[in-house]
Amino acid sequence: MIKNISNLGDAALYCDFGNEVNKSINSQVIKYFKTIKEKKFEGINNLTPSYNKLIISYDLKKTNFKEVKNYVENINAQDSKDINSKKLEIPVCCHENFSMDIKRLEEILKLSREKILENFLNKEYFCYMTGFIAGMPFLGDLDENMRAQRLETPRVKVPKGSVALTEQFANIYTFESPGGWNILGNTPLDVFDSSKEDKPNLINPGDTVVFKEITLDQYKNYNE
Amino acid sequence: MSSNYLEIIRPGINTTFQDKGRGHLYHIGIPFSGAMDNRNYLIANKLVNNNLDSAVIEFAYQGPHLKYSGEKINCAITGDVIFSIKKKDTEIEGNCYESYQIENGDEINIISTNKSVYGYLALGGEFDVKFQWNSCSINTKANIGSNDGKKLDVGQKINLKKINSNKDIKKTNYINTKIENIRVIKGTNFDYFSEEGKKIFYEKEFTVSKLSDRMGMRLEGPKIDNIVNTNIKSEGLIKGVIQVPADGNPIIMLSDHGTIGGYPKIGVVASVDYDRLVQMSPGSKIKFKEINLSDAETLFKLYEMETQNLLSQI
Repeated sequence: MIKNISNLGDAALYCDFGNEVNKSINSQVIKYFKTIKEKKFEGINNLTPSYNKLIISYDLKKTNFKEVKNYVENINAQDSKDINSKKLEIPVCCHENFSMDIKRLEEILKLSREKILENFLNKEYFCYMTGFIAGMPFLGDLDENMRAQRLETPRVKVPKGSVALTEQFANIYTFESPGGWNILGNTPLDVFDSSKEDKPNLINPGDTVVFKEITLDQYKNYNE
Repeated sequence: MSSNYLEIIRPGINTTFQDKGRGHLYHIGIPFSGAMDNRNYLIANKLVNNNLDSAVIEFAYQGPHLKYSGEKINCAITGDVIFSIKKKDTEIEGNCYESYQIENGDEINIISTNKSVYGYLALGGEFDVKFQWNSCSINTKANIGSNDGKKLDVGQKINLKKINSNKDIKKTNYINTKIENIRVIKGTNFDYFSEEGKKIFYEKEFTVSKLSDRMGMRLEGPKIDNIVNTNIKSEGLIKGVIQVPADGNPIIMLSDHGTIGGYPKIGVVASVDYDRLVQMSPGSKIKFKEINLSDAETLFKLYEMETQNLLSQI
């Protein structure tokens, strides 16, 4: 449930669901997000669900804080259609061509490469949110012994498709971008495709993702 | 093939197509984009008898040099911009907020914006541009929008698919007002900062850094000290949010911002001051002034009425 609603500036609502990061709080956020999105309230421009917050921005020419707050407070999020979540398998190649930070991870986690891959692959991760850059999924939770801080100096260019880790989360760089996460591998899949306007994101909040390892040859032949 | 087009002789520094922007996509990670200075965007379209949500060419600092081929068409430039129009035997210095008729072979040379950042060129007609999510706005970071999401480049041809039949020449006396005080509403992490830090935020002057673009405006000045945590769990952002990372230098989110961020939010720029904020060029001084939500809403209403009034007089 929403614990508190405040304003973020004069054109957005800041809905606070708590401070912890877990599936049950995040599922509440997603439930509200989906309900409000379906109802198409006049004046609401954008909804940004994250781990434990939902930000609702609106057009100040059409509505205001009081109206949107009142609307959100009286929504019955339980009425929303059940979360339409998918289970996805993401192929990932962890060949040394791609796993740029494997040495760093071995040192920080005090685990061998084999053990790191064993801990990471073939497990279910939950998509908490997408964003920062278009389509980037924030997936969790990694095993306790897999949690590393981000790089002290972020890379100027992280290659498209990079699968990377930080703290309890994994993500996928949907296009080349700056970034500071620990890169473990690369997926040949297009995780974001702007030509598909109705469904640009392969992975959406609420989905479950499993990483399956592929070889370098399989990676190279993947899109043929 | 279109026979009416602009050819780019010099592209300028950051020249893109922009319109009203695209909504309902933050949850996917796609920002609003659209013209940075909305009022000047609307006026540019009105001056050439366009629909107000038509595509325009936005430029920053140095603008493009363009050569036109085709039948007569009106053009207008808004902002605080130095430009010339070269005709067969003359070259005139152009005035902003005034439409001109150009014809085959004429050139528009947008030399620079004057102590400001963004300017707008509207043509009386419709550019032949691709729309993605109902907007042609170019987002060069995600390569979304028209022109494959890339800046306009030298040698390119920009086709027009329609020319307005209404070729009335228009003019308005609008003058861009410049402000030093940017009004802000307290952010959701205001209490993360020390008493001294809060005082600095409202009382000291900050300088706009060169590292500013359509995504964000970085500020330099006295450091704002965080006493709680320099990171928060990543959460949504909107344009105008002022984040303060660990180094203590504020960053203001602008129209192409990342949709999620993990730095504490000290404040949010009031909507009424956004158009003027984005026009502050590197080196400009900014002071923040706190206002409450209801004043911010009222001031925006007045600003919007003023905009509508300006448009209705054109």
